[in-house]
Amino acid sequence: MSLELRNVGRTFNDKAAVRNISFTAQPGEIIGLLGTSGCGKSTVLRAISGLDDAYDGRIEFNGKAPGAVRNAIGFIFQEPRLMPWLTVLENVTFGLKGTRAEKESKGKTFLENVGLAGNENAYPKELSGGMAQRAAIARALVTSPEVLLLDEPFSALDAFTKMQLQDLLLDIWKTYQTTIVLVTHDIDEATYLCDRIITLRGQPGEMEREIAINEARPRTRGSGELAEYKKEILDSLDLNQPAAAEK
Amino acid sequence: MEKSVGQLTAVPANERIDEKKTIARRKKRVQPIMLGSILPIVLIAVWEVLSRTGIFPAYQLPAPTAILATINGMFQDGTLFTHVGITTYRVFIGFLIGTVAAMVVGSIVGFYEKAEQLFDPLIQAFRSIPSLAWVPLFILWMGIGEPSKVTMIAVGVFFPVYLNIIGGIAGVDRKLIEVGRMYGLNNLQLIRRVILPAALPSFLTGVRSGLGLGWMFVVAAELMGASSGLGYLLVLGQNTLSPEIILSSIILFAIIGKLTDWILKIIETRTLHWQDGMVKS
Repeated sequence: MSLELRNVGRTFNDKAAVRNISFTAQPGEIIGLLGTSGCGKSTVLRAISGLDDAYDGRIEFNGKAPGAVRNAIGFIFQEPRLMPWLTVLENVTFGLKGTRAEKESKGKTFLENVGLAGNENAYPKELSGGMAQRAAIARALVTSPEVLLLDEPFSALDAFTKMQLQDLLLDIWKTYQTTIVLVTHDIDEATYLCDRIITLRGQPGEMEREIAINEARPRTRGSGELAEYKKEILDSLDLNQPAAAEK
Repeated sequence: MEKSVGQLTAVPANERIDEKKTIARRKKRVQPIMLGSILPIVLIAVWEVLSRTGIFPAYQLPAPTAILATINGMFQDGTLFTHVGITTYRVFIGFLIGTVAAMVVGSIVGFYEKAEQLFDPLIQAFRSIPSLAWVPLFILWMGIGEPSKVTMIAVGVFFPVYLNIIGGIAGVDRKLIEVGRMYGLNNLQLIRRVILPAALPSFLTGVRSGLGLGWMFVVAAELMGASSGLGYLLVLGQNTLSPEIILSSIILFAIIGKLTDWILKIIETRTLHWQDGMVKS
């Protein structure tokens, strides 16, 4: 499913949080929205998801508004947001429709995919942060969304779990060719995962640069090529000179 | 050589540690009960001695054994069950009516902002009236029969349950509601699948404090005029100058009050086992 944003903006109480955001995502493309905190990147993602419909401008999935294609969109939040009263399996199948047996077999398959087999009957309180986020990923994937929106999904995790889950996301992307929009403030994460990176800056946030990462996957973390991209991004955000960062 | 000796003795030592562990675990379970019983036992013993020696006059504070004998007497002639039964029945019916009413009104006020603006100020105003102040009015309206007593209790139970339902619904994590909306749940599904389970802990807290108030109000209701029930025994004891009847009634209140709360407590722990609560050390 393709995604198109045209001049999208959002104001809260007469104060613009973000404005003039325009980009398109082709089916199967991974787009990164990168920026410092407070630049409105999560606001844009919420507008795309249909959770917030008070935005200006136009957002279209294959020509349709977000509300009309809700079933085709999966959202992974920064926190796992599991229902504490449901078991892991019940959480994963939360958004599924159909008979119980169908839901359970599908849920189990996805739990296996994210490496949580055997934890079906555990409650969220028994999971570690990484396990809970895996369960949340399984919950978002089980409905087979054509578009996956991720709001800093790995930012609360330790470095090793983060890398594992980034690779898990790429595996999923390879299998299902999902269109992905990833909001992040982690430049390494963006250069490792994305086809294109859109940097936002300022208050209200506006688009700064659009950087295409023309590297074949699998990419090597910390490679020279990715470091070049990182430098380019840091320069575009004026973060490479300490003096500039301070003002 | 020394090393091998150490290895040989290691096995039985391990077993001994296991044995010690089970003893320690049993001790851990029994110890708090023993610790908690010391003071009551000492107090009761002192009270018994003081009453027997006549330092406490029997017409004011009879000995514990005398109170037990009174309860036993009621048990023998069957009046115990009449009194306990009718009181429990009143609390139960009043509790049921109060809880159901609070659930209905509380859910509507909790879910719909318009309903909150319409009803909540009135309910809050009623809440500031001490519930016992209603007693004369209820008697005037409904006489001194069962309806006025049950109504009294229902009014007492209503407020804590109502307030906790509203608080519970208002306190549901917006983030979880967003997850529900992301999966396209409509309002009714959202209420059933997200808001109600999330508000359940607060609701159960309200139910438990509501039951406590129910027991308080049954005393008031029975004091104002009843021909049976534990509250009636209080009046009877006062009028016949028999403190042992009053104390028996108080003890019976304590026992069934604790018993019903314990039942609710079990229901609570069963339904809320998923909660990531604090474990006291």
